[in-house]
Amino acid sequence: MRIGYYIEKLINWLSFQGEGFFDAVRVVVEAVVNSVEWLLLLPPFYVLILLIAFLAWKRSGWGLTILTLTGLSLIWGMGYWTQTMATLALILSSAFIALLIGIPLGIWAAKNAFAGKLIRPVLDLMQTLPAFVYLIPAVLFFGLGKVPGAFATVIFSMPPAVRLTTLGLKQVPRDIVEATRSFGATSKQLLFKVELPLALPTILAGVNQTMMMALSMVVISAMIAAGGLGEVVLKGITQLKIGTGFEGGIAVVILAVILDRITQSFGLKKEIKV
Amino acid sequence: MSKLKIEALTLIFGKEKEEALSLLKQGKSKAEILKKTGCTVAVKNANFEIEQGEFFVIMGLSGSGKSSLLRCLNRLIEPTSGKVILNQVDITSLQDQQLQQVRRKEMAMVFQKFGLLPHRSVLENVAFGLELQGVAEQERLEKAQSVINLVGLHGYEQQHTASLSGGMQQRVGLARALANDPEILLMDEAFSALDPLIRTQMQDELIDLQQKMHKTIVFITHDLDEAIRLGDRIAIMKDGEVIQIGTPEDILTSPATAYVSSFVEKVDRKSIVTAASLMFEKPTVAIYKKDGVEGSLRKMRSSGLTSLPAVSADKHFLGFVYLKDILELKAQGHKTIEKAILRDLPVAYPESTVEQMLPFIAENGRAVPVVDKDSNKLLGIVAQTSLLIETTGACWQNVNGNMMDNLQKEIV
Ligand SMILES: Nc1ncnc2c1ncn2[C@@H]1O[C@H](COP(=O)(O)OP(=O)(O)O)[C@@H](O)[C@H]1O
Ligand SMILES: [Mg+2]
Repeated sequence: MRIGYYIEKLINWLSFQGEGFFDAVRVVVEAVVNSVEWLLLLPPFYVLILLIAFLAWKRSGWGLTILTLTGLSLIWGMGYWTQTMATLALILSSAFIALLIGIPLGIWAAKNAFAGKLIRPVLDLMQTLPAFVYLIPAVLFFGLGKVPGAFATVIFSMPPAVRLTTLGLKQVPRDIVEATRSFGATSKQLLFKVELPLALPTILAGVNQTMMMALSMVVISAMIAAGGLGEVVLKGITQLKIGTGFEGGIAVVILAVILDRITQSFGLKKEIKV
Repeated sequence: MSKLKIEALTLIFGKEKEEALSLLKQGKSKAEILKKTGCTVAVKNANFEIEQGEFFVIMGLSGSGKSSLLRCLNRLIEPTSGKVILNQVDITSLQDQQLQQVRRKEMAMVFQKFGLLPHRSVLENVAFGLELQGVAEQERLEKAQSVINLVGLHGYEQQHTASLSGGMQQRVGLARALANDPEILLMDEAFSALDPLIRTQMQDELIDLQQKMHKTIVFITHDLDEAIRLGDRIAIMKDGEVIQIGTPEDILTSPATAYVSSFVEKVDRKSIVTAASLMFEKPTVAIYKKDGVEGSLRKMRSSGLTSLPAVSADKHFLGFVYLKDILELKAQGHKTIEKAILRDLPVAYPESTVEQMLPFIAENGRAVPVVDKDSNKLLGIVAQTSLLIETTGACWQNVNGNMMDNLQKEIV
C-alpha cells in the first residue's frame, strides 16, 4: 500500500492548484501576526505590563494583578520579552482567526441539522489527531515560519470554539425562542437579539479554551520555525540546555495563567449576571 | 362577522402525516392512528368562531391539544390541514413576511413559563415586541412605560426579570404582549404556574383590564374554575377534539358528554349557576281575582301543594298563598283570596346566582319566585331542594327532567 505516496500527490496537487489562494492567505496572516507583534512591542515593556496588570485587576482582582506584575517582570528580567511578545502575537492572531471561522461554523451547525452532522465528526477527528499532524500540510502549503505556525494553531484550536458555540445556542431555552418567534422576530433578530446573548457565557468559555489550545501549540509550531518562546524551549531540549529550556517553560506557564484567568473572567462575570 | 374563525383545523405530529390524515378521515381513533403510523393527532378537525372582544377559553386536561391548537393560530406550529381566518384573511396561506406582520401587530402571546429574556431589564422586555418592529428607542420605551403602569409593574422597570416573583414575571409577559397593542391576545396557561392566591389576583386584574381594553382573548387553561371565571365562552377539548363549546353556564348545566360532566362536578357552582337554569318554568299559580278561594283550593288539591305563588291576571308576581290561610278564609265565608296573599316577599331574578339565593333557604321551605327585573312578571320558581342540591353539590342531574315535578310537590 502506498498511501503515503497518494497523500503526497494529493497535497502537492492541492498546493499547486491552490497556489494563488495559499499565497493570499499567507499575505493576510503574515500581515495580521506581524502587526499584532509590532503593536505589542510598540510601547516600552513596563507600559504594556502595567496595561495587562490593569486589565487583570479590572477583570479578576488583586491576586492576578500581582501575579501579572511579577510574572511579566520576571520574563523581562530573564531576557525573553521579545520572544514572549512574538508568541503572544501568534497566539492572539491564531485564536482570533480560529474564532472568526469557528463561531460562524458553530452557529451553522446549531441551526442546520445537516451541517451539524457534517461538522461533528470532522471536529472529533481534528481533536483526536496529534497536533504534529497539522504541521505537514502547514509546511507544504506555506513553507516554514510564522504563517504555517499560525495555520496549524488555527486548525488545532478551532474545535472548542465551534463546539461551545453550538452547545450554547442549543441550550437557549425553547420557550424563550418560541416567545421571540411569536412576536414576529426574523431569524436574524432571533439570533442576534436573543440566542447569541444568551449563549454568550458558553461561547466565551469556548474562547477561553481556544486560547489555551492555541497556547499549547507554542512549542510544536516552533518546530516549523514559528519562533517565539517555543523556539527557546525547543533549543533547550534539542541542545540539552536545561536552564534555557526551563526558563522558556516558565515564561510559557506565566503567559498561560494570565491568558487563562483573564479570558475566563469574561465568561464567569456574564454567567453571574444572567 | 367573527374575528377569528377556525375551519377544519387538524394538526398531526410525526412523519407520516398524509397517511395519518387519511386514516383520520376514515374515522380511525387517535390511538389507532398512533399505533399504525406512529403519528400523534394533537388537534382533530377543530371548528369554531371567536367574536371581536370575546374572552374565549379553551379548556382540557394536559395533553388534550390545547397548546398545539393555540400555536396553530399564529403558526408557531404549522397546522397539517384546515384554515385559520383572521379578519377574513387565511393565516395559513401567508408568506413568512406577512406572517411576521400578523405576529407583530395582530396577535401577541403570553406563555405559561413566561419566556422572558433574562439578559434584559423589565422595561426592555416589555419594549421587545416594538423593538422587533423597528420602533425608535424613545418611542418604544415610552409606550412600554405606559403599559408597565397599566399592569402594575411601576417601579420595577430596571430590574432583571429573573429576580421577580412568578406573578410579577407574568405581569411582564402580559405587558410585553400588550405593548404591541395586538387585536388578539393568545394566553397559554398564563396563570397555571402561579400560586393560587396570586393566580386569583391575576385573573381579577385580567378581567379588569379586559373591561377597559376589549381585546379578543384566547385563553388556555386546564382548570375549569379558571375557565368559568374568565370565559365568555368555553371550548372543552379532549384527545385533540373540541367536544363542547358554550357559555360557562351552558357547560355547567348541560354538559355534552359524561367527560364534561366529570369536570363539572368538581366545580364550585354556587357562583355560576343561575336561577334561570334552575327554575321550574310553568308552576301552578293562583291567579288573583280569577281564582277565588274555591279555585285556589282545587289547584292545591290537584297538585298536592300546600302553597302557591299568587300572580295577577297579567302574570305580575304578588306573593304566596298558603293552604291553611285559604281554609281559614273559606271558614269565614270569604270568596276572594286577597287577604291570604303574603305580600312583599323577596324575589330572585333569572341572573341571580345560587350564592345570591342562599338566604331563601331559610324562608320557611317556600320556593323561590323568579321574576323579570323590569316587569315583575313571574317567570318561574326555584325549589328549595334544587338550591340545597346546588349548595351541597349532591347529584345535580336529578334536578332536571321528571324529577322536577316530584320535587316541586315535595317542597312548595
Ligand atoms: N412537538 C411535538 N411533537 C410530537 N408530539 C407533540 C409535540 N407537542 C405536543 N405533542 C403531543 O400532542 C398532544 C397535545 O399536546 P399539547 O398541545 O401540548 O397539549 P396540552 O397543551 O393540552 O397539554 C400530546 O399528546 C403531546 O404529546
Ligand atoms: Mg399545554
